[in-house]
Amino acid sequence: MDALRLSHPAPARITVYSPTVNFARSSMALDKNLNPESYQSVPDHDGHFGIFGGRFVAETLMPLVLEVEKAYYRYKDDPEFRAELESLAKHYVGRPSPLYFAKRLTEDLGGAKIYFKRDELNHTGAHKINNTLGQILLAKRMGKTRIIAETGAGQHGVATATVCALFDLPCVVYMGATDIERQAPNVFRMKLLGAEIVPVTSGTGTLKDAMNDALRDWVTNVEDTFYIIGTAAGPHPYPEMVRDFQTVIGIEAKQQLQEAEGCLPDLLVACIGGGSNAIGLFHPFLDDQSVEIHGVEAAGLGLESGKHAASLTGGEPGVLHGNRTYLLQDEDGQIEDAHSISAGLDYPGIGPEHSWLNDTGRVKYVAITDDEALAAFQLCCRTEGIIPALEPSHALAHVCKIAPGMDKDKIIIMNMCGRGDKDVFTVAKALGVEI
Amino acid sequence: MADTRLDKLFARLKIENRPALVTFVTAGDPNPETAYEIFSNLANAGADVIELGMPFSDPMADGPAIQLANLRALAGGMTLRKTLDQVAAFRKKDSDTPIILMGYYNPIYHMGVKKFLNRADEVGVDGLIIVDLPSEEDDELCHPARAQGIDWIRLTTPTSHDERLKVILKNASGFVYYVSIAGITGTASAQQADVETALNRIRKQTDLPLAVGFGIKTAEQVKATGQYADGVVVGSAIIDIIRHCDEVQAGTAETVNKVSAFVSELASGCKPRD
Repeated sequence: MDALRLSHPAPARITVYSPTVNFARSSMALDKNLNPESYQSVPDHDGHFGIFGGRFVAETLMPLVLEVEKAYYRYKDDPEFRAELESLAKHYVGRPSPLYFAKRLTEDLGGAKIYFKRDELNHTGAHKINNTLGQILLAKRMGKTRIIAETGAGQHGVATATVCALFDLPCVVYMGATDIERQAPNVFRMKLLGAEIVPVTSGTGTLKDAMNDALRDWVTNVEDTFYIIGTAAGPHPYPEMVRDFQTVIGIEAKQQLQEAEGCLPDLLVACIGGGSNAIGLFHPFLDDQSVEIHGVEAAGLGLESGKHAASLTGGEPGVLHGNRTYLLQDEDGQIEDAHSISAGLDYPGIGPEHSWLNDTGRVKYVAITDDEALAAFQLCCRTEGIIPALEPSHALAHVCKIAPGMDKDKIIIMNMCGRGDKDVFTVAKALGVEI
Repeated sequence: MADTRLDKLFARLKIENRPALVTFVTAGDPNPETAYEIFSNLANAGADVIELGMPFSDPMADGPAIQLANLRALAGGMTLRKTLDQVAAFRKKDSDTPIILMGYYNPIYHMGVKKFLNRADEVGVDGLIIVDLPSEEDDELCHPARAQGIDWIRLTTPTSHDERLKVILKNASGFVYYVSIAGITGTASAQQADVETALNRIRKQTDLPLAVGFGIKTAEQVKATGQYADGVVVGSAIIDIIRHCDEVQAGTAETVNKVSAFVSELASGCKPRD
């Protein structure tokens, strides 16, 4: 590993911090979006976050989507449902996940204090299981007997296959053929857990196509099937429901930092593909105006290259997969392929709440390239002894840019939303190392 | 409002006691030039209504045949603007055959609803079927389209129970499209008895003509469905012919001939009812 060390210096000294924020892209959105009384009061009863969100699905699915919504509102605060979810979160997932002070990294960067919210220590190695547990408990209560899911990096697929094994339900996971190739360990994990993996070759064979095929399955099997969507996107109530299941991250972090430091953080940072880990961390802090919040999209080979996955920074509002949100698309409204070294961020859309938080200006969204993420990945391994997933490596790269310029008494919480075991082959390949 | 092309057509067919043959092709498939020749010959071959698919990169409710048709069209450079231009060209030589545009919302939203509707109205589009705009999103395009005098053709499905039908049919116009299976295009076929029962159920709630589609591939199926439906939609079976011609590089003339021959055969199933 010494060779790597020499060829990839720590990223803190590579680039200057320059946030890329776009407030005025969708001017029609502004009236409806700005100055909400509370950032925690959305969505409305039709699932709208300002102009974003909604229920843009085929009529065949509508009765089912409404049924999911009804069931979710019925059970979300049901004491028995909560108790079952919390018990599993504690004993099966291992919650609460630690809030860890990254002392060496803090010293290395020489600025703000950096804390990691360590959701990579969850069972299955990422935050995804917070959501799949919640949804499968709902599916059981709705009497559904078959589970489908889409997956990109395979983390959501593994988390879904895991809860399906736990609850003895058949599980079909749609995964792009391209992703199957680059995430082989997760594919085998899902198989071990008893899931059936359906390779998706339609379109470009990535996450968006996997989601298309999952929707096609759902529309064909409406009677018995529950679709566990992996991120805070899709038709209402999914963006709200997935967010709610993930807010355990932010709720814990808030309390843990209160115990450790007796205050609120100054800055939250999380990576964003669809954005479920980010909204989970951000949401409980949205009305705390002193807390600055940054979401980190994947800039791939660079925003100018056109090969990226930064829907907010480089996309425009549109309608796909059940919701209105920022999308990568061409001048004819055709969806464009995303690119990121991280399969989990490789999606041309983003959860609708993030689109709204972008347009309201509450959250700043920035973008990090493949190379910057790779450098942060290595820095984290060396300074903290933590191998992060490539997804939170994007968040960490942003922390590396911004922390050195902040006072030493400032506090950053970064969501370490996944561990990097799944990525070691990808990273080795990117660094030109054969293993 | 008995003066739209759709109203006039269904009134005439009622007197003739036969169902409408509704044919679906994707605009620009397999390439813009051949596609125009195909679709502008559908009426001559016996189609009563032309349903023209607006190509989209992510057709979530479509099966493999129409997915590939979308990809072929986009690869050939088809766009929403060109689709509307082709309708304009067609209208110059055929002012009677109703044209329905079918597709997904994003290309329209991206063009701008107002701009799209003005152009659609100008070129003589009669109705819209937008797969991912359920009743809950009627403010998006349904209301503006109706205000512009363009019909909003609603999809009803086997999952549309009576209460849901009420919601679906509220702002429907032109005709109602019954999707006879819960699923995607071009796959399974429904049982005739189930379809008839469903249509009777829908008729209790609307006087609009009812067309049936999904899984109808032969003149025999057209005839059987046409016994109780006001219209019969055939899509994937036509698309399959286009794909095959494209694969063997049949050329425009032969492709048009093959499609026309198939549509004529389908039309033979649309004779006056027994």
